[in-house]
Amino acid sequence: MDSSEDKLINELANEEYKFGFVTDVEADIAPKGLNEDIIRYISAKKEEPSWLLEFRLKAYRKWLTMKEPHWGHLDYPAIDYQNIIYYAAPKKKNLANLNDVDPELIKTFNKLGIPLEEQKKLSGVAVDAVFDSVSVKTTFQNTLSKHGVIFCSFSEAVRNYPELVKRYLSSVVPIGDNFFAALNSAVFSDGSFCYIPKGVRCPIELSTYFRINAANTGQFERTLIVADVGSYVSYMEGCTAPQRDENQLHAAIVEIVVMKDAEVKYSTVQNWYPGDKDGKGGIYNFVTKRGICKGNNAKLSWTQVETGSAKTWKYPGCILKGDNSVGEFYSVAVTNNYQQADTGTKMIHIGKNTKSTIISKGISCGHSDNSYRGLVHIGKQASDSRNYSQCDSLLFGDKCGAHTYPNVIAENNSSILEHEATTSKISEEQLFYCNQRGISTESAIGLIVNGYAKEVLSRLPMEFAVEARKLLSLSLEGSIG
Amino acid sequence: MLLQIKNLHVSIEGKEILKGLSLNVNRGEVHAIMGPNGTGKSTLASVIAGRDIFSIDGGEILYKNNDISGWSVDKRANEGIFLSFQYPVEIPGVSMVNFMKTAINEKRSYLGQDPIPMPEFMAKMEEKKQLVEMQAKLTNRSVNEGFSGGEKKKNEIFQMAMLEPELAILDETDSGLDIDALRVVSNGVNKLRSSNNAFIIITHYQRLLDYIVPDFVHVLYDGKIVKSGTKELALELEEKGYENFKK
Repeated sequence: MDSSEDKLINELANEEYKFGFVTDVEADIAPKGLNEDIIRYISAKKEEPSWLLEFRLKAYRKWLTMKEPHWGHLDYPAIDYQNIIYYAAPKKKNLANLNDVDPELIKTFNKLGIPLEEQKKLSGVAVDAVFDSVSVKTTFQNTLSKHGVIFCSFSEAVRNYPELVKRYLSSVVPIGDNFFAALNSAVFSDGSFCYIPKGVRCPIELSTYFRINAANTGQFERTLIVADVGSYVSYMEGCTAPQRDENQLHAAIVEIVVMKDAEVKYSTVQNWYPGDKDGKGGIYNFVTKRGICKGNNAKLSWTQVETGSAKTWKYPGCILKGDNSVGEFYSVAVTNNYQQADTGTKMIHIGKNTKSTIISKGISCGHSDNSYRGLVHIGKQASDSRNYSQCDSLLFGDKCGAHTYPNVIAENNSSILEHEATTSKISEEQLFYCNQRGISTESAIGLIVNGYAKEVLSRLPMEFAVEARKLLSLSLEGSIG
Repeated sequence: MLLQIKNLHVSIEGKEILKGLSLNVNRGEVHAIMGPNGTGKSTLASVIAGRDIFSIDGGEILYKNNDISGWSVDKRANEGIFLSFQYPVEIPGVSMVNFMKTAINEKRSYLGQDPIPMPEFMAKMEEKKQLVEMQAKLTNRSVNEGFSGGEKKKNEIFQMAMLEPELAILDETDSGLDIDALRVVSNGVNKLRSSNNAFIIITHYQRLLDYIVPDFVHVLYDGKIVKSGTKELALELEEKGYENFKK
């Protein structure tokens, strides 16, 4: 490798995280550690009904019997689960009036570009802002309720729509699904709940914004989305955290239920603090995301742009139960410095004539490791099903790694599966060519990376696409002159 | 003087390639540089463009009376130096439109100008496409991806026309071209010739010089210009071969 590329990579490595500030708010904080008392404490703080406390305790007991998974291409020291704070909440409670929200919090979300004041609405996106363990504010609730759409914090949903929550909670991700799912089920603090009634096309984009603030705190939020028969919703999720030397655990669950003829688009721009250039600090993002296409002709589409987190362990999946249902997964994962990402999807075909599409684009630079891990399972009953998978890797420099672990199981012979994979490098020749046309190295990388990820970026809602594009350039380019 | 190269010594990985090369180019001139393989023709082109895999061991390159040794590749480009690549590079996923728009706007920003308005840009694309008889759809494809050899070379001249350089270096633009493509490319270059710009045409063969008639012909051999003359020199070379110029 020549010196210019070396220089470039070094400069990339020095790129800084711009969301690394800490907000000074008074917080209610649980004692460190995890036991049944802590779970009772969380449940009591949230004034939960007894069935939910039972649910948590059951999950906790299950978790105790489970082992932390280490099959991912990830390398991190053992997590001390007794050294984590499982509940932290800004002291003032979630209130309907914005004047009651701590002004420091409003400032924080403004800094992050998430206006909570509805008059400052940004192209009409309803936001549920989650700060540490609790939902701070959900905007546009009035507009939504006119259409019968329920969009609120998880805690509110437990209070106001207990039947809906009870019916669907853990119906897609069982409490014992995996180690982190069990942990989340035991200690989840808040999150977002969304219900789209029959035949309703949700008039605005819904969005949850997660922010970890308190130190030594884990964030365990839970999102539950139910799209009833013939409905449609587009849902976006964003996240950031302060810059800290220690690692923080984020173990969330997202469950999505898509009924007959309904469609859900779920987009994520993940920008948790990735750690510094030497790999110190950063979020462990160990997340379980899954949706079920329950009825016929249901459609679920995951789009993710993953640029943050020190470690990512995440496989948003689709269970295609209804006949003719469709599952999609579009992903761009960027790793830089010492980041490690093990991400991919699971497509479980159960219904007849079901279709799934997987487009995964990994971009690795610095000393990072970027893995795609996928499962496509076409069951016996899933006749005439189709899967198309495309897994591309783009490498920058020669100190990073890209890995692909596709796993395919086909149990009938009327189905068709296709898999394509490519690995390419941003070459010194490409950069020289761009430079010779007057394009700076920084712009050239932006052009190449955005071109490479185009198929995925074009899937994002407009508001998000712009942000994602900037973020991609930011996490790769740095101040190269 | 637009370009003045004085006693240039260049090496790569300790191997000396250019051994005291001098060359003067004025605006309005076309210089042809001929010579057998491996004598340093492409190295000369890359070094003028500023590629940093080479080390400059001696001599200097003056462009518009500036010593450009400290200039980055993109600065040189924005100052009007264009290199038509012998092997144009493919950039998957980046459309020609986006690529050209970025290039033009970076140059405008370098010159302190506002970005080009979209309608003006599209009109310019259309106009320059005609110059090299490019098919309409070509501009919507990724940079050089899936282009035939001829298309790639036409694309280089197309980009040259878009960027309107003051000094254009054509590195073996004729290699791999059939006679029709050669004619198209040459016509394009001839239309771009003006009293304000200059061309350095690097080639093995006299054939290209039938179409693009040079003002000067230089024979590059073993890292040095061993003979300079007018266009008749190219004919002489074609007839006698390079052997005669080894000294």
